[in-house]
Amino acid sequence: MTKNIKLMQGNEAVAEGAIIAGCDFFAGYPITPSSEVMEQLSSKLVKLGKVCIQMEDEIAALGAVLGAALGGAKALTASSGPGMSLKAEHIGYASMCEIPCVIVNVMRGGPSTGLPTLPAQGDIMQARWGTHGDHAIIAITPSSVNESLYETIRAFNLAIKYRTPVLILTDEIIGHMREKVVIPNKEDIKEILDVKLPDVPPEKYFPYNYTSGKVTSLAPMGEGYRYHVTGLIHGETGFPSQKTDVIQNAQKWLYDKIYKNIKDIEKFEEFQTEDADILIFAYGSVSRSARQAILMARSAGIKAGLFRPITIWPFPEERVSSLSKKIKKIIVPEMNMGQAVLEVQRNACGSDVYGLNVVNGEPITPDTIYYKIKEVAGA
Amino acid sequence: MTNRTEFRFAGSGGQGLILAGIILADAAVSQENKNAVQTQSYGPEARGGSSKSEVIVSDDTIEYPKATKLDYMIALTQESFSKYIGDLKDDGIVIVDREMVRDYSKAKGKLYVLDMVKTAREELGKLLGLNIIALGALVAISGIVSHESAEKALMSRVPKGFEEYNKKALEIGFRLAKEAKNNK
Repeated sequence: MTKNIKLMQGNEAVAEGAIIAGCDFFAGYPITPSSEVMEQLSSKLVKLGKVCIQMEDEIAALGAVLGAALGGAKALTASSGPGMSLKAEHIGYASMCEIPCVIVNVMRGGPSTGLPTLPAQGDIMQARWGTHGDHAIIAITPSSVNESLYETIRAFNLAIKYRTPVLILTDEIIGHMREKVVIPNKEDIKEILDVKLPDVPPEKYFPYNYTSGKVTSLAPMGEGYRYHVTGLIHGETGFPSQKTDVIQNAQKWLYDKIYKNIKDIEKFEEFQTEDADILIFAYGSVSRSARQAILMARSAGIKAGLFRPITIWPFPEERVSSLSKKIKKIIVPEMNMGQAVLEVQRNACGSDVYGLNVVNGEPITPDTIYYKIKEVAGA
Repeated sequence: MTNRTEFRFAGSGGQGLILAGIILADAAVSQENKNAVQTQSYGPEARGGSSKSEVIVSDDTIEYPKATKLDYMIALTQESFSKYIGDLKDDGIVIVDREMVRDYSKAKGKLYVLDMVKTAREELGKLLGLNIIALGALVAISGIVSHESAEKALMSRVPKGFEEYNKKALEIGFRLAKEAKNNK
C-alpha cells in the first residue's frame, strides 16, 4: 500500500494543506464545526516551530492573523457562522490594507447560533458582502476532503498573489466527513508562492500603487521598507488621503486587481454539459448529490449536466453566461433559501433558472435533485 | 453506484460508535485501498441522545456521502434500532445486542441477535470496548474487509497500553458473528 493514502477528515485536510503551503501562523477561537482545523494545527504547526495561538475571540484571532501577515507570515484562521460575523470587521481591514490571509468558514446552519452540528450553505452572500464597503473577495468552495487539501494550498497562493483575504467555504459535511486523501509531497505541488521582498529598494517602495496595474508584494515589517497601514482610504505610501483621484483609484483597484485577473482566479468543473438540456449549478457538498442525480437522470433518458464552481467568488460569470446560451433550463440546488441562484439568474439571461432550497439541517439528497430534474424536464 | 455498500452503527452518544465507523473506513481505505466515506450525526450533547456513524464502501467514486438504503445496520440501543430500522434495505442485515434491544419485532432482512454486552461483561470485565466488539461482528458478518485489515486499522488508532484489550474485544466480535452465522 502507498503510505501517502490516508483516511482523513475535511478539517484535517485543510490543516494538512496549510502545512504543505508553508503556513507559519494560525490564530483562532474554536467553534463547531471548524474546531478540528485548529486542533490539528495546534500540534502540527507547533512541532514545526511555528505558531498556533488561541485568542480571546474571533475578532482578535483575525487581528492576530493580519499582524502576523504584515510581519511576512503565511497566516490562517478558521471559524463558522457566529465567528464569521465577528470576523467581518477585520475582513474589511484586510481588504482595505491588502493583507494576504486565508480564512476558513466551515458553514453551519444560521442565523445566530443556529445549528452548530448541522450543515448549511447560508454564508455564500456573507462571504461576498459580509464586510461593509465596496471590495472584491476570493472565495473557494471545495466539494471533497481531497479537494479541501489542494484548494487550501491554492488559497494561500491567491492570497499572496493578489494581496487579499481568501475565504474557503466548506460546510459541516465536508469538514467532518472522512474519506480517502492522497497526501502529496511538497515537490508534487505545482506552485507554492512565498512571501517575497519587493523588487525595488526601500526608498522606491510604494505598497499601494493603484495605477501600475500590477500587485506590488507586501514588504514584511522589519525589513527596512517603511509604510503606513490604515483602514482609512490611503495613497501610495499608505497614509490617509481624501483626494478624489486617490479615492477613485483606490476603490477601483480593489475591484480591478481581482476582476481583471478573473481568468487566473476562477476555477470550475463541468460534468456532461456538452449535450445537456438541463444544467445543474451546484457547489460544495451539494455538487456530490447533483452528480449522482445527473447519472440517475441520464439512465432515465434525461440529458442533465453539472457546472460546479470551485472558485465561487469572483463568480464565473462568463462561463455561466455562455452555457446558458445553449442550455435553457438551469437548476440551482442550495442548502439555503437561494443565494448563488441570484448570480446564476443575473448571468443566464434567457434561461429558466429554478432554485431548489433545502434548509432543514439535512444534506440535499440525490433523489431530491433527481425529482426536480424530472419536474423541470416535463415543464 | 452498484457496488456501494452502506453501513450504519446506531446507538447513543458515548458508546464509541463514531470511532468504530472511522476504524472500519480506515481499514477499507488504508489497508485495502478501497474508497470509503465515514460520516456521523449527533446532537449538541456529549453523552446520550441518538448517535449514528455511517460508512460507505465502494470500488467506485462515492458521491453522496450519507447512507440512504442500508445494507448493514448494527444497533446498540432500543431507541436507535426503532428509529433507524426503516432505512434498512429489504434484503439487508441487521445486528442487535440481545440485552440492549428487547423489541426487534420490526426487524426486516436478516436478523442477528448477539450477546455483545453480556460477553463484554464476562470476558472484558466492563463495557468499554463494546464498540470494538460491534465492529468485529460487523466485519465478520459483512466480509467487507479482512479480519487482518480491521485489526491493523484498529491498532493504528488505539492508545498505547490498550492494544491487547482492544484486540480481545475485536476477537470477541469475530467469534460472536461466526457462532451466529453457524447457527443460521
